[in-house]
Amino acid sequence: MELHRKAQAGTFESSDIMILIEPLKNKEGRKLEISSSVMLQYGDMLSELVNNILDKYEIENVHLIAKDKGALEPTIIARLETAITRALNQQKGTLL
Amino acid sequence: MKTKRRTMLYIPGNNPAMLQQGGIYGADSLLLDLEDAVALNEKDSARILVKNMLKSISYYNTEVCVRVNHLDTPFGIEDLETIVPLQPDAIRFPKTETVKELKKLIDIIEIIENKHNLPHNKMTIHAMIETALGVQNVFKIAKFSKRVDAITIGGQDLTADMNIANAKDGSGIDLARKMIVMAAKANNIDAIDTVFVDVNDEEGLRIETEYAKKIGFTGKAVINPRQIDIIHEVFTPTEAEIRRAFRIIKEFKKNKDAGIGVFAIDGKMVDAPVVARARHTLDLADIKY
Repeated sequence: MELHRKAQAGTFESSDIMILIEPLKNKEGRKLEISSSVMLQYGDMLSELVNNILDKYEIENVHLIAKDKGALEPTIIARLETAITRALNQQKGTLL
Repeated sequence: MKTKRRTMLYIPGNNPAMLQQGGIYGADSLLLDLEDAVALNEKDSARILVKNMLKSISYYNTEVCVRVNHLDTPFGIEDLETIVPLQPDAIRFPKTETVKELKKLIDIIEIIENKHNLPHNKMTIHAMIETALGVQNVFKIAKFSKRVDAITIGGQDLTADMNIANAKDGSGIDLARKMIVMAAKANNIDAIDTVFVDVNDEEGLRIETEYAKKIGFTGKAVINPRQIDIIHEVFTPTEAEIRRAFRIIKEFKKNKDAGIGVFAIDGKMVDAPVVARARHTLDLADIKY
């Protein structure tokens, strides 16, 4: 799927993750910038999870910045899902 | 025995830390809030976050309810489409005013349940009364469907709707409180009192909770985990009350076997209503009899 615009979701609060995504137009693939307060312990898992979700939505050309503050898996999934649906203009419930 | 609902703790639907810890606060019931606790431009992220939390977080034995947005808003239907398939213990419907809108809610819920091959008798509905019109119709609302198993009062919105000051003694909404309790009791369902907003006033919380218990509420909404213990203390019977209730049940069984319906303990008459109250006391204390 092609992202239509930049979008973000989440916060910098503890146990949350802030995710920003923007489409890359020239088939540049995935450019991921992930940082986390628990990068040493969970960095690999976080990258794998982000890639799995992007796979699920078939998103290939994307610039993604994630700043993790110790979010659990359901929060990471939720924030990325929110950012993607916003970038796809799929979310009907938002005033954005 | 019915689920105890002495406390219902509000958890803002867009707060991951509180959502993931909800089960450890010790409330009888959690209210994951997609409505007033969520900013208009974050309704989508809260809905998606609550969905994912319901899928993977254990809330142990705590009852889990989700407060959706009203069907008159752009968010209500999508909230239901997202949350109903996950079958939390209950859906809380805000600003319930008429049977007509309650019917519309239940029809939508059941269409979604049919689509997902889900039963219609697992998830219940809590109707929240927050307007003068809702108070006037509360008996019909409580009676309308077996899925409605609790009526709650939203004191903040009700005082705004009535255009009155939110007096600390609750005098402005006292009639509404009593009408809601009567409607709930007449239909044998729970009545949950409104929140006490001053989290630093523990004595005020205790006084208001004692009043709520005295007029018949089964529990009280909570906005801060600090309030849980005080409310539980008020709604949990004391040791003396438990001992007396136990004695009443014991004597009742003995007298019943002898064919006696009315008897006395310490000079006070004991008949069927007293026995019913004793049973309720033991239920609240989790004591089998």
